[in-house]
Amino acid sequence: MRKLFSICAPALLALVAIPAFAQIDFSGEWAPVQDEDNTGNPYTGEFIGIPMSHAGLLRAEAWNASLYTLPEWQCRPHGAMYISRGPSQVRIWKEVDPVSRETTAFHAEWLRSIDNPYYLDGRERPSKNAPHTWGGFSTAEWVGDMLKITTTHLKEDYYRRNGVPSSDESTLTQYWLRRGDILTWVTIANDPIYLTEPMIRSSEYRLVPGLQIPPYPCTVVEEVDRPAGVVPHYLTGQNPFMREWGEKYKIPYEAQIAGAPSMYPEMQRRIDLAANPKGGAAAPVAKK
Amino acid sequence: MKLSHPWLIAATFALAGFVFVGQSSFAQQDGAQNGGIEIIPVRGNVYLLAGAGANITLSVGPDGVLMVDTGSADMSAKVIAAINRFTREMNTFRQPAKRYEGGGGSGTVLTGMVPPKPIRFIINTNPLADHTGGNPALAAAGKTFTGGNVAGDLGDIGEGAAVLAHENLLQRLSDAKMPTRGLPTETYFGSQMKLSHFFNDEGVQLLHVPNAITDADSFVNFRVSDVISSGDIFDFSGYPPIDLARGGSVQGVLAGLNKMLEMVIPEFRSEGGTYVIPGHGRICDMADLAYYRDMVTIIRDRVQDGIKKNLTLDQIKAARPTEDWDGRFAKLPTQANTFVEVVYKSLTAVKK
Repeated sequence: MRKLFSICAPALLALVAIPAFAQIDFSGEWAPVQDEDNTGNPYTGEFIGIPMSHAGLLRAEAWNASLYTLPEWQCRPHGAMYISRGPSQVRIWKEVDPVSRETTAFHAEWLRSIDNPYYLDGRERPSKNAPHTWGGFSTAEWVGDMLKITTTHLKEDYYRRNGVPSSDESTLTQYWLRRGDILTWVTIANDPIYLTEPMIRSSEYRLVPGLQIPPYPCTVVEEVDRPAGVVPHYLTGQNPFMREWGEKYKIPYEAQIAGAPSMYPEMQRRIDLAANPKGGAAAPVAKK
Repeated sequence: MKLSHPWLIAATFALAGFVFVGQSSFAQQDGAQNGGIEIIPVRGNVYLLAGAGANITLSVGPDGVLMVDTGSADMSAKVIAAINRFTREMNTFRQPAKRYEGGGGSGTVLTGMVPPKPIRFIINTNPLADHTGGNPALAAAGKTFTGGNVAGDLGDIGEGAAVLAHENLLQRLSDAKMPTRGLPTETYFGSQMKLSHFFNDEGVQLLHVPNAITDADSFVNFRVSDVISSGDIFDFSGYPPIDLARGGSVQGVLAGLNKMLEMVIPEFRSEGGTYVIPGHGRICDMADLAYYRDMVTIIRDRVQDGIKKNLTLDQIKAARPTEDWDGRFAKLPTQANTFVEVVYKSLTAVKK
């Protein structure tokens, strides 16, 4: 009997060691690895790759960066639709149930974001009448070793920080995949108003022990002396910067504002063809 | 018997569990189980009652109930039932059971269900039917404070809740043949009215916005809970339902939105802090209010630009100046054109 136990014990231990719920640890300080397209400092009119709807395009064309001088717009953080794609480092930490020792939530906070909790404890979603926040309300579940996060209750915000709007009816599905010190962060945005297709993006982070996420204080001040009630924006067709980016990088304006087709290779071939009608590869464009 | 007896501990936990379940049952009711009505906490004593027409704001506490707007007439019975259930559970589960002290009394005190506190005050933010339709039934179901300098038959003066509003609202509801029981009992004609004393531990302030949705609009400021009940000046489910015939204008709506923006303070990063309960739609904060103000302002500017270019109303409508927001705020195609028309007429109205 004792022999049988000694044989079976390691197997039993191994079974016990396999968590009932896969619990990969994502805790730590992560630095963004910006080896994909940089969307941190986009030009006005740089809309390629976003399946924006016509309504979204109209909003983006009317957008004026001076909006951020209004007191109500100062001190806004980046919301969930953009922040994981930005240049900020992120701290992830976890909550552990002291009795079951299961992970009940992860939290993520970037340099310029608010705390984003992702609940694993099975809690219900708030009412549709509850407030919306920059981070939204997120539940999470394990899909193998991958964490799947579902976010609702988001505020009106943006997909890219050049005025491409996201609506407060949008939802976000996120996946975290960890391979050693590399974290892949996938976001899938659905928006019935400002997107025509789901927008799928992935970003990479590298674990950097000792990385700091310092506080980011902000004070609202009077930045511009203007009459009360003025909201900076461009009237339809009067945004002088819309074509600047395309002209600099020789991107046809039609491609800039194409929305969903600008995500696919066919658009690249059309751009190449427009730049080189003889059918060869396009001339190299200036590097950003 | 030792307190640590296992069954006693179990019973204690069971009782605690009962109380917790009891609290959560009212804190977030399933609308489907309550005739489509949902009551959710906002902050302090203030709650949102949704699903009865326009949003209803409730202040619930030891002084009774104060309502901002009363919803549609056909929902009155359900609203009364929901408030009664809610206040009964609040009064029962919020107060710890009292024990006799000093006399050696001990043991569990069974209080039973405490009766609901009455509706004391109703405040109307505008005269539209989905905000005031419930006035007659809700006012009749309430009971105001009485006493002081009162003359006449003292037997019935306490019957019914007091109804507070701007004096133009009394005129508008009288024009609409509102039953007497639903008419304002106390009105103001200046820029504001304050409740004479704290209600549920806080000051409550009515602020008039001239010529906004109508000429009778107020929004309500709960000063300790830090909640504003905006009425339809801020209708987060659609474009503001400006009623030109009853004195509304887009300029007034924008004045009201900007006035509220001056008052709200976010908790952190433009989020939370002062909450705003809109006339319709979910609970909002400064960022949501600013988004809505921006939208109305930009549409106003586009229509104004069309007017400057001598475009006709039909030409301006054809340019679709609201198209960017129609997916969010115009669930029916006609709503966009209606809003463009009221903006145009507001801007071209001859000043008297």
